[in-house]
Amino acid sequence: MGPFAWFKWEALFADLPQFFRGFGYTFLLSVAALALALVLGIIFGLLCEVQFAPFRAISRVYVEFFQNTPLLIQVFFLYNGLPLIFGLKLSVTTIGIIGVGLYHGAYITEVVRAGIGSVSRGQLEAGLSQGFTYTQVMLEIILPQAVRVMLPPLTNQAVNLIKNTSVVAIISGADIMFTAKSWSGWNQYYGPAFVAAGILYFVICFPLAKLATHLENKVHGGAVNG
Amino acid sequence: MADIFTPNNMKFLLVGLRMTLYISAISLILSTIIGCVLGVMRNSKILPLKAVAAVYIEIVRNIPNLLWIFVVFLVLRMKSTQAGITAFTLFTSAAIGEIVRGGLNSIGHGQIEAARSQGFNAWQVLRYIILPQAFRKIIPTLVSQFITVVKDTSFLWSVVAIQELTGKATILMGRYYRVNQVFILYGIVALTYFIINFGLSNVFRHVQKRLGTW
Repeated sequence: MGPFAWFKWEALFADLPQFFRGFGYTFLLSVAALALALVLGIIFGLLCEVQFAPFRAISRVYVEFFQNTPLLIQVFFLYNGLPLIFGLKLSVTTIGIIGVGLYHGAYITEVVRAGIGSVSRGQLEAGLSQGFTYTQVMLEIILPQAVRVMLPPLTNQAVNLIKNTSVVAIISGADIMFTAKSWSGWNQYYGPAFVAAGILYFVICFPLAKLATHLENKVHGGAVNG
Repeated sequence: MADIFTPNNMKFLLVGLRMTLYISAISLILSTIIGCVLGVMRNSKILPLKAVAAVYIEIVRNIPNLLWIFVVFLVLRMKSTQAGITAFTLFTSAAIGEIVRGGLNSIGHGQIEAARSQGFNAWQVLRYIILPQAFRKIIPTLVSQFITVVKDTSFLWSVVAIQELTGKATILMGRYYRVNQVFILYGIVALTYFIINFGLSNVFRHVQKRLGTW
């Protein structure tokens, strides 16, 4: 009668479709949140580089606020605070996408900023002196080179984002974590439920994390001299 | 507004803050020690050590921290505060292990050979040549991980009912119902986390500067 008794596994296998639905939900939520985070990250990352100081300040405030306060507090605010304060009631899925997207957008902003910073400033000046506009230089010269540097940390961010979508379980979003929690809360078969949930997260995160390491080695050409 | 800022409420929140800091600090100290050992093991030439560290790091860090909290609490049936510390140490030591591994890898192999040729033994090379340089390099990533731990302790109220800062604030929010009161409470909590984490990142930025970059 341990936590991993065989009949508990049988119960799990019978209800496996539930877990796969949770997996699908986590997957779609991650894709949507990642898309939002990328858009925000690129916008605020580019704002870090402009001449106009107030834009740089807005970008800084965005990054520091979202990186230094808990995701859960932000999600609670969207879930409990918004309806009370602004009378705005969003669905749990929308809250998940906005919450996780805003939070990781701040991290991606830093990645984009570092990526742009890795391309030498002389190229910007050279481009401008050749008659390119600022936007053209950014889009056609700087960003394509920056992407190479940005790709490994972006992949790592994607992994962190997928793991962090699990917070929606706390506000009852139908993801992997919530499925494991509610299924086992009902029948007390915690062992198999969390092993299954762990495997479902692992199969998405592990290949991506490996890919990030691989890309990193490619960018840095293995060990660099300190 | 004045009805929120009563001495009783502030004391109530401070007790929560102390719990947040206590769990974060203990977990961070333990995770840093275990993470360093794991990182060194992962880079070692002794295959069994390497394999154990690799399996541990990859399994643990690719599964959400929140899930580890559930596992420690529900499957291993630990008491709440110990469960919190155990779960965070479990997860963060893997994350730090990976960070340390990356730092160690970034030190050129030539330096190790140079030191060995000068008569340093393996331990001395690690202690005097590799670790000091690797440490300086990983400070930013390490601090970002520390901040993540402080932030993620906010899960503990919802999962294991530990009354840390988020827990205390949530309890207070249940007692006040007016819009501005709830808004202020959110503000206080966010600002408190912000001050801790922003402070942490600035302290370490200063440390890194003082250590100098090579």
